[in-house]
Amino acid sequence: MTRRVRLALFGVAACGLAALLLWSITGLPKFGDYHGAYGKILNKRAPQERQTSNVVAAVVFDYRGFDTMGEELILFAAVMGVAMLLREPREEEAPVPEDPVRSDALRAFGVSFAGATLVLGLWIVAHGYVTPGGGFQGGVVLAAAFLLVWLAGSYRAYRGLARAPFVELAEGSGAGGYVVIGLCALLIGDAFLHNLLPYGVAGKLSSGGSIPLLNWASGLEVTAAFVLLFNEFLSERAVLIDPTRRPS
Amino acid sequence: MVPLQATITILVALGALAVALTSDLVRLVIVSSAYTLLLVVLFVVLQAPDVALSMLVVGTIGYPLVLFVAIRRDRADD
Repeated sequence: MTRRVRLALFGVAACGLAALLLWSITGLPKFGDYHGAYGKILNKRAPQERQTSNVVAAVVFDYRGFDTMGEELILFAAVMGVAMLLREPREEEAPVPEDPVRSDALRAFGVSFAGATLVLGLWIVAHGYVTPGGGFQGGVVLAAAFLLVWLAGSYRAYRGLARAPFVELAEGSGAGGYVVIGLCALLIGDAFLHNLLPYGVAGKLSSGGSIPLLNWASGLEVTAAFVLLFNEFLSERAVLIDPTRRPS
Repeated sequence: MVPLQATITILVALGALAVALTSDLVRLVIVSSAYTLLLVVLFVVLQAPDVALSMLVVGTIGYPLVLFVAIRRDRADD
């Protein structure tokens, strides 16, 4: 097939695809024109039933809490897999190489943003069931604060902050804590992950029953999972900086 | 709301094109990180702040970092 025939064939196919796409886009419902029964019921009932002003959090940590547990364990297993793959051939006790950032502008940026990012992450986790956000979103922002220490500081400063035993403990506690909170409901005779704490008043930090606990458990797990992931990848990079650390 | 949605959708389309047309690997990571930032704006415009927050960190910082280390590692092995 010559180049000309290929291009002609592509032209015909692309036009067909474009026509089909345009046809389907014009057939889309209007923005905000939603007819799902389940979503409407939840929007109407969740704020009263669970006293959460963010219905997404009520769905994720209560009505569909079991599903979220599965997602959290998937993340746990995935990060464990990365750690097992990357960690094996390295020397664990090797000294951490010096890798300071020499640009003053970058350092100033990091100093001013690492703390702010940390506070923002904590805020997003803490208010997850009141305003948009939650354990997953806040967790990744918190992990980004750790990464800023490396980007604008040094690898050594980052390693000092994200010590592997603590990060691993935090990840395990986050994932395990979620399951334990679910089992507590089972212990007193309710269904697994049944919301058993007082619901409080919507819009306050003390609302939503056990939703805040599950939210913080997933926040801890997500933060630690991402920091652990960064740990593994950054120490791969450390091996490259210092060739003596490379496995033979 | 609709003109804003249309504008950002076109920007996302142009960004995707830029990603597809970039051949240098390292440059590609930077371009795709910027493209993700456009997607974040699209999510905010479509009123999905929860998704935007996750995408902001995972797409613009986390994923590029993993790619950078992988590229560096791959080149060091050659």
